[in-house]
Amino acid sequence: MAEPLLVLTGLTKRYPTGDLALDGVDLAVPRGQVMALIGPSGAGKSTLIRCVNRLVEPTAGSVRLEGQELTRLSRAALRRARRRMGMIFQEYALVERLSVMENVLSGRLGYVGFWQAWFRRFPRRDIEQAFRLLDRVGLAHMADKRADALSGGQRQRVGILRALMQEPALLLVDEPTASLDPKTSRQIMRLIVELCEERGLAAIINIHDVGLAQEFARRIVGLRAGRIVFDGPPEALDAAVLTAIYGEEDWSRTIRRSDQEEDMAEAAA
Amino acid sequence: MAVINRPGQPPLWKRRSTVQDLLVWLGWLAAVALTVACFQFISERTIWAFVWDAPRQGADLVGRMFPPAWGYADQLWKPLWDTINIATLGTALAVLLGVPLAFLAAHNTTPSVVFVRPLALFIIVASRSINSLIWALILVIILGPGVLAGILAIALRSLGFIGKLLYEAIEEIDRTQVEALESTGANPAQVLSWAIVPQVMPAFAGITVFRWDINIREATVLGLVGAGGIGMQLEASINTLAWPQVTTIFLLILATVAVSEWLSARVRHAII
Repeated sequence: MAEPLLVLTGLTKRYPTGDLALDGVDLAVPRGQVMALIGPSGAGKSTLIRCVNRLVEPTAGSVRLEGQELTRLSRAALRRARRRMGMIFQEYALVERLSVMENVLSGRLGYVGFWQAWFRRFPRRDIEQAFRLLDRVGLAHMADKRADALSGGQRQRVGILRALMQEPALLLVDEPTASLDPKTSRQIMRLIVELCEERGLAAIINIHDVGLAQEFARRIVGLRAGRIVFDGPPEALDAAVLTAIYGEEDWSRTIRRSDQEEDMAEAAA
Repeated sequence: MAVINRPGQPPLWKRRSTVQDLLVWLGWLAAVALTVACFQFISERTIWAFVWDAPRQGADLVGRMFPPAWGYADQLWKPLWDTINIATLGTALAVLLGVPLAFLAAHNTTPSVVFVRPLALFIIVASRSINSLIWALILVIILGPGVLAGILAIALRSLGFIGKLLYEAIEEIDRTQVEALESTGANPAQVLSWAIVPQVMPAFAGITVFRWDINIREATVLGLVGAGGIGMQLEASINTLAWPQVTTIFLLILATVAVSEWLSARVRHAII
């Protein structure tokens, strides 16, 4: 049996302030698995996915992607490795003053040279791929619009396409729905999961909304104070587990919430 | 903020405690006393007879300045053209030098916080601490009188201005857009040109046009020290007490500045 796509071993991050954000996390994500990472604010969810692509440098432990150890890579080798990990952000993180097409093509920056990128002379193949993807999410007519002219849901779609343009094996998704309304949130989650299935991508999705996590992910990992306290299928998520992740609270209504939201969304549509 | 707890009753809240109130009033009192003292100091050293005479003197001067010597304008087009060129070329040169300087000075783009950044900041401060007129004075001594001294004086002063405002703009950019492109595997030069440059473009355009607008006004006085432009005619006219000519020069400068204001407002509007 080959090694899983991503293997974290003893991953630890202590910030210069002394806060221990991750405390020896062991986690393996096989190819094509969509995994939701849940946990209270400050549990280290964001730090965890940022330690994978080293936007945050881990203090200790190992990160292996496709068998390659990432924590010891040089800057240039890290840039090459980052092309295999697409990141999607809470506030979309599009370059606001660039066009939609430029934002989508920016996913190819790791594959083209500086002057090629400066003069926007991307290979025909990349541009065709960008148009195909824009068409897939219904934004082909917006290609020449500036990113700041788009709505929240549209921006997040562009953010997703930028990540896909990298031809990644893994998506690192940081609170993709936190700035979106409930209906758009569901559409975005559905899109991410569908695209992952179509392309056989694995994903780690940080998410606050337990209902959405249960509905769209096939595996749920609960993080609390930098440690994994739950790892299992969505059905195994009950009041006791939620208490272990988030602390004492009345969870009886939360667990079924996704069904209710489905009804609401259908009523709204 | 003062919360006053009273047993058995809801607490009282006031903006300041009594002591703080008293201190504020004392501060106001001191400010008024200082103003009165300063006025007295200035008054003792003023020859009031000249001040009472001022309206008559002013009216006399204005009387001698009118009507403007319109015919003199024919000799002014060339120096006026020089003035505009000094401002424009000086600004262009300052942009050429100031933009790289800003990227070296900004915390988030400098190659070295320890060595390069302090040097870039020093150049910016040095440039800003000396007025263009003084730069011109020095350059006229070195280069001799003429337009070149004026262009360099404008450039040396504006370089710090553009560098400072631009590096502040660079430091205020949205960090997540930079992170997003770093996470795609883009190299630092690509991140600079794709995530940072687009974010500072509006600030850059605004700063440059604003500085050009200031430079038009500054270039009109550089001639006073021999650095070319319409200021030379102004000095000559004042020295020969040719007041109607001075009026003509003033009106031309006023018109030029008005046009540059209008133009820069249009450009800013178009870009932002």
